[in-house]
Amino acid sequence: MAGLMAGFGLYTHAVVRGIPASLAKEALRMGSQSEVDLAGARREHEAYVEVLKTRLGLEVVELPADESFPDCVFVEDAAVVCGDTALITRPGAESRRGETEIMKKALMDLNLNIVEMTDEKATLDGGDVLFTGREFFVGLSKRTNQRGAEILADAFKDYAVSTVPVEHGLHLKSFCSMGGPGLIVIGSSEPAQKALKTMQQMSDHRYDKLTVADDLAANCVYMNLPNKGHVLLHCTSEEWPESATVFEKLKDHMLIPLSNGEKVKLDGALTCCSVLINKKANI
Amino acid sequence: MTTEAGSETEVKEKAAEESAAEPEQTEKASEESPEPANDQGEEKDKEEKEGKEGKGISKYLPTWLKKQKSQSQTSPTKEAPPTEEAVTEVTANQEGPVPEVNGHAEEVEEKEAAKSEQVNEKEAESDSNASADTEPAKEEKVEESAESHPEENKGITGGAEEQKQGGEEEGGQTSIFQSPLRLVRKTKMKLVVCHVSLLDGTNFTCEVEKRAKGQFLFFKVCEQLNLMEKDYFGLTYKDNHEHECWLDPTKEIKRQIRSNNWQFAFNVKFYPPDPSLLTEDITRYLLCLQLREDVASGRLPCSFVTHALLGSYTLQAEFGDYEPDQPRPNDYMGQRTFAPNQNKEMEEKIFELHKSHRGMTPAQADTQFLENAKKLSMYGVDLHHAKDSEGVDIMLGVCANGLLVYKDRLRINRFAWPKILKISYKRNNFYIKIRPGETEQFESTVGFKLQNHRSAKRLWKVCVENHSFFRLNAAEAPAKARFLTLGSKFRYSGRTQAQSRVASSLIDRPAPNFERTSSKRISRSLDGAPVISITEASENGRDPHLELHSDNKSPMRVHGDNIYVRHSNLMLEDHDKTQDEVLKHQASISQLKRSFMEAPPPSPPQPSQWEKRLTSSPAPTIRIQQQQQVEVSAPQTEASAADSTACDTKEPAKTTEVEIEETVVVQEVSKAPKPGLVTVTISPPVDPPAAEQEETRGEQQQVKAQVEIVAAKETKAPPRESVSSESESEDEAEYHPNVSASICHTQIPEEEEEEEKEKEKEVEVEEKSVERDTVAAVPDAPCLSAEVSQTVEAATSQEEEDVQKKTTSEEMEKEGEREAEESTEDPMLTPDEAPNGHALPEESVTGTHTATTATTEEDQTPKMNGDAPTLAEAEHRPQVICCSEPPVVKTEMVTISDTFAAQKTEIATKEVPIVHTETKTITYEAAQLDGNGDGEPGVLMTAQTITSESLCTTTTTHITKTLKGGLSETRIEKRIVITGDCDIDHDQALAQAIKEAKEQHPDMSVTRVVVHKETELAEEED
Repeated sequence: MAGLMAGFGLYTHAVVRGIPASLAKEALRMGSQSEVDLAGARREHEAYVEVLKTRLGLEVVELPADESFPDCVFVEDAAVVCGDTALITRPGAESRRGETEIMKKALMDLNLNIVEMTDEKATLDGGDVLFTGREFFVGLSKRTNQRGAEILADAFKDYAVSTVPVEHGLHLKSFCSMGGPGLIVIGSSEPAQKALKTMQQMSDHRYDKLTVADDLAANCVYMNLPNKGHVLLHCTSEEWPESATVFEKLKDHMLIPLSNGEKVKLDGALTCCSVLINKKANI
Repeated sequence: MTTEAGSETEVKEKAAEESAAEPEQTEKASEESPEPANDQGEEKDKEEKEGKEGKGISKYLPTWLKKQKSQSQTSPTKEAPPTEEAVTEVTANQEGPVPEVNGHAEEVEEKEAAKSEQVNEKEAESDSNASADTEPAKEEKVEESAESHPEENKGITGGAEEQKQGGEEEGGQTSIFQSPLRLVRKTKMKLVVCHVSLLDGTNFTCEVEKRAKGQFLFFKVCEQLNLMEKDYFGLTYKDNHEHECWLDPTKEIKRQIRSNNWQFAFNVKFYPPDPSLLTEDITRYLLCLQLREDVASGRLPCSFVTHALLGSYTLQAEFGDYEPDQPRPNDYMGQRTFAPNQNKEMEEKIFELHKSHRGMTPAQADTQFLENAKKLSMYGVDLHHAKDSEGVDIMLGVCANGLLVYKDRLRINRFAWPKILKISYKRNNFYIKIRPGETEQFESTVGFKLQNHRSAKRLWKVCVENHSFFRLNAAEAPAKARFLTLGSKFRYSGRTQAQSRVASSLIDRPAPNFERTSSKRISRSLDGAPVISITEASENGRDPHLELHSDNKSPMRVHGDNIYVRHSNLMLEDHDKTQDEVLKHQASISQLKRSFMEAPPPSPPQPSQWEKRLTSSPAPTIRIQQQQQVEVSAPQTEASAADSTACDTKEPAKTTEVEIEETVVVQEVSKAPKPGLVTVTISPPVDPPAAEQEETRGEQQQVKAQVEIVAAKETKAPPRESVSSESESEDEAEYHPNVSASICHTQIPEEEEEEEKEKEKEVEVEEKSVERDTVAAVPDAPCLSAEVSQTVEAATSQEEEDVQKKTTSEEMEKEGEREAEESTEDPMLTPDEAPNGHALPEESVTGTHTATTATTEEDQTPKMNGDAPTLAEAEHRPQVICCSEPPVVKTEMVTISDTFAAQKTEIATKEVPIVHTETKTITYEAAQLDGNGDGEPGVLMTAQTITSESLCTTTTTHITKTLKGGLSETRIEKRIVITGDCDIDHDQALAQAIKEAKEQHPDMSVTRVVVHKETELAEEED
């Protein structure tokens, strides 16, 4: 039986959601105004889901897109799942609050313990939550506030929850993510490096870092799957050639480059598009 | 001293039984016992030895045991107290067969040694009678050994002063415990019944002397529990404000509890970060009990699943396999709390999980329990309520790794021990001084407000203890504080985790049987426990009232001989208070005492100066006093004398700093990417005659005067009057490292404001007399601290030649293995190597924090376990250079490290993930003069760490006294840590260090140089 904090990266299920047509026009954006090719985005997403499903053998729960929630494909923001507990968030963007409803149902169906963030003062986007396997870092960003972080800390009492100011970028995970147990992939921008330093200072644990040239490329999806070992979904060399080279140095990982060019225009990174769950970890 | 000598060797042979430090104490004991006084003791010893020798093991038995076998020996004993003590110590050290007692005796002895240390010199010159007046602790030993003749003993001790009684009684208790005969003395001994609630919920009741020290009771409890790895535990009591406080083992219980409530609780004091490293199951069991309580009470928060999991392991441990046929232990479950909000669902989950543990032994279940519990984020975190500078409620959590700052449940900041330079408190403020980060130029001080002075002090103490326990190889010697101290001299006095581990590894007994019982578990509450009874009521009326009264007012009792302390405190107050306030203080003794306790930090930042506030965002810390400051501390010395070195202000970016008595100097070297470490030990050939004598304190002993002399000799710059006169009233001094190379700079502490005016004055003087390469030692009255700091500039190349000479003239030895051992083992293990200083404290927290402090290892108070150094080092006659490059230890930096941030400072875009650490150690040993070998272990006079951005120098100065000649030896040890991005030429560094050492102390010789190199190598760098 898995003890506490065992099996970081081990997942059995993934929850994803389709891309609504409204994505191209209505989805929230940080800066870029470049036009989103809806079909392209959908192709990317399909490929993404396909990798999860076929190549990695996860049980993928596909939620239908909802036109009234242009950002709904970014399911990560709606829930934080760790162990058998799922925290249904209260997204910082008001237009996205409704996204959690269907997510909650899906996670309930997976028999997770659901914790809801009901406090009206709290906001939290899953994209601001970096779980390292030993602890949480919660970015305090435009979308996530202190109260949201506190509720997360309450929901996952076993773990230290440290807050990290996110001054630039949308989310904490807009410039970092886990690339393996104890390995933080981090962008090279100054704010990213500053955030990393903060995390390092706050942590009792030691992390190695993998610095990539591009902040957005620092968002990758790490899994540790039976029979597959370390798996990393990361950016392609077409989009981020410099950063992709760095990933390619990870010899122990099964590297799966995934193009994400369209969603990136909407600040959507690889982790944003799925909620990963380990049902077997449930004791 | 044949007997002692013999015993000493025995002890050494017996080293397996005890940590290596103990022989040192024995040696000490032998040194301190004058030969004349020994005649009778010797006889006695011989008798004892004869009696024992044949039986082999019996010679290791404690004195009291021997007594029972041959009671005829008692009479001589009383006439030779010192000898007796020594003997007792020896035996205590040796006795393996009686572990509990062993532990006890050993501790008592340690404590004793500490207590008596200052008296030692005196004693050496006087006869055994002297010890009767001056050495309460010895008295107890006499009694102990003479226990079968209490009447006689009474005769001896009866004449002794009141103060003696504490020790005497303590001895008495020991024997009461051990021998029923002692009960005869009860009438005279004022026994008190102590109630100790144990971790399994039961109550342990025992009688102790009213004046017993905390230690005594603690050991009794440990004995009751059959616990050997006791260093992780402690006793708590509730103070008048219902706060749980740790009972200080070295102080009388009565003076701590400050009420007639002799109720205690046995608790885990230091939560081992990795319980699997504990040796005995019983220790783990006790830890489990503590954690179960922590979890059930909510002190250790955990999730539903974790509650269930931990609960299920508890069931497995206590009930064995889940038996579906048998009624489930529902009753048990009902009265049992696993979680603060336990419910049916959780209980079901617990049962469910319990089923899956089939076949697990209780010990395995405990281990699993701990493996899970230790990962909880709040495991071992001792929380204290505080406010940040804006008055926002926060929690400060002290743990093995450092200090954590929480706001609500969120961690908003963290200060790893290596990041902390100084810990202090003043009134209800608690301060930590932070090592500057790689992007910061100055160190900063972070302040927190505690509820009151008591809580600030409590927090401070916990920090001191946790830091010492988890980060040091051996506890710092407490300030001896006989004459002058400012503030609390509190130091952690027990074994450190490193020492404890060594000791544990030597435990050689069959795993003790113990009952894991849950049935007797009751709620552990001090409230409900019966009230203490004092057996001797008459005594109660006389003495206690007074003392209790005064104790109520003073946080810690000021002992009679501390009058100078008060004085000094007064003077100190003068610095940071108005005259009126001072007068006010004078008016009230208790106030005075309190202020003494409040331990004003050397340069406490004024709240008004706080620049930044602790906010919810972690990045900014509260910066108070951006200062470039050089201070000096003479941690152990009463009136510190400091010598100061001039310092050039060249690079503002570099900061030097010194700690002052009052505060805890966190002497860790934080490692940056490519640190190099150079340790230089210098010893003067002979003790020179007095050169300049500063005014001596009235009560100074001769030896001290000699000490000064040596210091003076070292000094090149004439001492300044300001120092000498001031140091009498305050034991701090400014230290200005003289930086020959360029790294250091000095600056007057900018914002000292009204406080420490005299200090400022000094500083200014020093500023004027800045001279490169000049070490100004300002010997001061009772003690001196000669501080030298040098920096090694990696870049300088001209020294290379120097090194070459050295290396060629000396033998080169590649002794990788040995050196590696040296660097990982501690003084306690290899006393000989102790002076090297840079042992890796904890097993493999991995060369990341290489250096514990030089101080630690060099602390030479007898109390310390690991204080063989100076003596042993003297034996390194031949000049040897050991270069141990081969053992390049490549360590992946995936391990937990406190110095995390510091290590990964360099951020390169193209940086590659995996980093390796390379360790390289070079040792240079020079011939040393004779005559040191039998000298008394040195006294650490000063220790300090000077830090700049890329360089950290720790200098410790030891005075090793010879027995009677009044001559002393000064040993200066420098630890220089160079961190830099570029490659450091270690040969150069070494050469530079040696050269500078020689330049600075031409009259001294370099006896040992150790270069320890740790490099992070980026792998597969393109």
